[in-house]
Amino acid sequence: MRVVRLAAEDDFEGWRSAARSAALAGIPAEHLHWQPGEATTDLFAASINSAPLPPVAPADDFAVPRRFIDVASDAILHVDPSRFAQLYALLLRLRDHPALMGDEADPSLRRISGMAAAVRRDIHKMRAFLRFREVIEADRTPRYIAWFEPEHHILRANAGFFVRRFATMRWSILTPRGSLHWDGATLHEGPGAHRSEAAGDDPVEAVWKSYYASIFNPARLKIGTMLKEMPRKYWKNMPETALIPSLIAGAEAREKNMVEAARIRPLGDGRAALEALREEALCCHRCPLWKPATQTVFGEGPADAHLMLVGEQPGDQEDLAGHPFVGPAGKILDRALAEAGIDRANAYVTNAVKHFKFEPRGKRRLHAKPNNGEISACRWWLDQERSIVRPRFIMALGASAAQALLDRPVTITRSRGQPILLDDESEAWVTVHPSFLLRIPDETRRAEEYSRFVADLTALKDRITAL
Amino acid sequence: MGICHAYAPDGRCISLLKILLTNSCIFDCHYCINRKSSNVRRARFTAKEVVDLTLSFYRRNYIEGLFLSSGIIGSSDYTMEQLVEVARSLREDHGFRGYIHLKTIPDADPALIEQAGRHADRLSINIELPTEAGLARLAPEKSAPRIEHAMSALRSSIESGQDARRRYRSAPDFAPAGQSTQMIVGADASTDRDIVGRASTLYDRYRLRRVYYSAFSPIPDASAVLPLQRPPLMREHRLYQSDWMMRFYGYEPREVAAAADPVTGMLPLDMDPKLAWALRFRDRFPVDVNRAPREALLRVPGLGVKAVDRILASRQWRRLRLADIARLSRSIAKLRPFLIAEDWRPVKLADQEEVALRSKPRAEQMELFGA
Repeated sequence: MRVVRLAAEDDFEGWRSAARSAALAGIPAEHLHWQPGEATTDLFAASINSAPLPPVAPADDFAVPRRFIDVASDAILHVDPSRFAQLYALLLRLRDHPALMGDEADPSLRRISGMAAAVRRDIHKMRAFLRFREVIEADRTPRYIAWFEPEHHILRANAGFFVRRFATMRWSILTPRGSLHWDGATLHEGPGAHRSEAAGDDPVEAVWKSYYASIFNPARLKIGTMLKEMPRKYWKNMPETALIPSLIAGAEAREKNMVEAARIRPLGDGRAALEALREEALCCHRCPLWKPATQTVFGEGPADAHLMLVGEQPGDQEDLAGHPFVGPAGKILDRALAEAGIDRANAYVTNAVKHFKFEPRGKRRLHAKPNNGEISACRWWLDQERSIVRPRFIMALGASAAQALLDRPVTITRSRGQPILLDDESEAWVTVHPSFLLRIPDETRRAEEYSRFVADLTALKDRITAL
Repeated sequence: MGICHAYAPDGRCISLLKILLTNSCIFDCHYCINRKSSNVRRARFTAKEVVDLTLSFYRRNYIEGLFLSSGIIGSSDYTMEQLVEVARSLREDHGFRGYIHLKTIPDADPALIEQAGRHADRLSINIELPTEAGLARLAPEKSAPRIEHAMSALRSSIESGQDARRRYRSAPDFAPAGQSTQMIVGADASTDRDIVGRASTLYDRYRLRRVYYSAFSPIPDASAVLPLQRPPLMREHRLYQSDWMMRFYGYEPREVAAAADPVTGMLPLDMDPKLAWALRFRDRFPVDVNRAPREALLRVPGLGVKAVDRILASRQWRRLRLADIARLSRSIAKLRPFLIAEDWRPVKLADQEEVALRSKPRAEQMELFGA
């Protein structure tokens, strides 16, 4: 076993020249013991050979790919004590197969590339998370002191970055394994330090913390992303991270307050809001139904209505007139509402789908049922109408309307006659669409279904009056 | 920009001191907490205060630089003058070498924009909303043609600046980091297809560096025109992924649009758009990792740019097997159905597997409108 001494843990040049000599001397990787720093090993005292490696004759020198030097100069800074040996073993293989550096699928190259990547990440995180504190020196000039605990041997490798960035300041970076001091002109290295040497009270830290707390948006908590990029091991040396637990804990409450405040307080001019929404809806292209239809048929009624009636989609006459429920189905709806004692003028009347979907048959346009995609494309408008009008009761007329409201397929016969609580605390009620009544050929059955329709509306009316 | 010096619990990177000179504003944009009609408390910094704050944060290594914007006070020109003064003082009085991003006010005097470009690394003008109809409803004082006109003027200044630098090394820089814009998602009726189309037009027409998407999130003192709603965070994420597909993976905008649902125009929320595209165009797969060109490999869901480059380098030296691909990529399970390797050939992608590829339903996000 031959011992190779290196000046320090990050002594790349030392490793490079020793590795070159050893490779030329044909020494196998397992016969070398790499010894960084001053410490002596007496593990193999008897078998140790400390003789210097033979010098390299210029003629014998050999070249390695540039990429190997790049990877090795990073990987050498890794804390893993086996890195010197791993790199040397790779170097030996590289002499026989110079193309090996291109083969990223090679397991030992992958391992070494992984070490280099870990080192680069550590270098990057030091640049990011190191925090200076301002300390006023005896001569009344400021000095900036930082305490950082890098994982790998990166302090010296990172010095240039801090010198360039903070060239005009006087600063010290203290770490457990060494320190750097810059006086504005020269860089000095010092021994390892202790956290307490960087202690101090910097009033700007409070300002920074209040910035950190206010830039955070409580409506979008993403703790996983934060932890992935800023792992907990860095937290103890960053002033702002002390706030994180309370920010997370308070986020939900802050958001609830915002929503609650908006629910209690009237939001302002709902009529103008609906008007603006209708304007925008005129050029809606969210689904292809706008092409054949004449126009968008938007909802109508008071902006503060307690009751919202939602149909399926405009029909032939609605499409031409631009108003909901003005055709034959609308007539039936009007009659039934009157019988149930509901004044249509007090209700906001709209449709789940705002364009007429039809199949041309000669000169006629036959109603066609909107599909799931069209209903879900148009739900955006219904949701907007609901959040402006904020009705306490919503009557869904037919299965399409119920689906738009509840976001799931609904069977009318099973759901009618009872309230379904929606997530904004309003009540949805479900019944048939009036045009269903128009399509029943048998007169007796039609009359039956009509009275069930009126009964559903009456039950709703009773519920409204009861509250 | 540059290094992220901290991350907030909302997962966002903090690299710049991002502040408003003032939150007073004469405009009434409904998505904005600082709109004229909001009851928010108003405050204002002096230019010197912003300069001092920026320097003291920069010296402590908290930030890379400053991102300065402002509510409109007095006039557009007056506001722009104040923004420019901050940048000028940082550069000229303090020799500040950090990053400066100034939000540019579309109607400001071109001479002021010129000065802004001399001091700032990046300038940006917000397009605000993907559709003109949306802008008309939510930001009635703003006009899409005026915004685009300003973007186009910025493009010319940036390009003539670059041109001058190419000829004379001493020519002054003009916003060397280019221009970007921001679009609010979920406040108007635009679909993902609309947004992707809009963004790609902006990239082409004004040579933008980035289009930033911002999921509309509830603000205190909400407006009647734009009531509180759940922030569409996953949607924002999917749009960013589609942006990456165009910028780094060689997809055309119409191809990204083809990943969206043909009727609703929305990208699926339960899988990323690259996977959605692959499932819609199954005839393009499987791709042979030992033969396929770079462009085809980049379309394999689960293979990133780095993994593709590693595959291309490695396959010059060996025939790649599935185990090799596993070492070069993140998750072989997701890749397998789309790949042919030396020892692997997938059977036709069954529906069962397709279900497994979709992301597992996540724990519900914080309840916004819980009963």
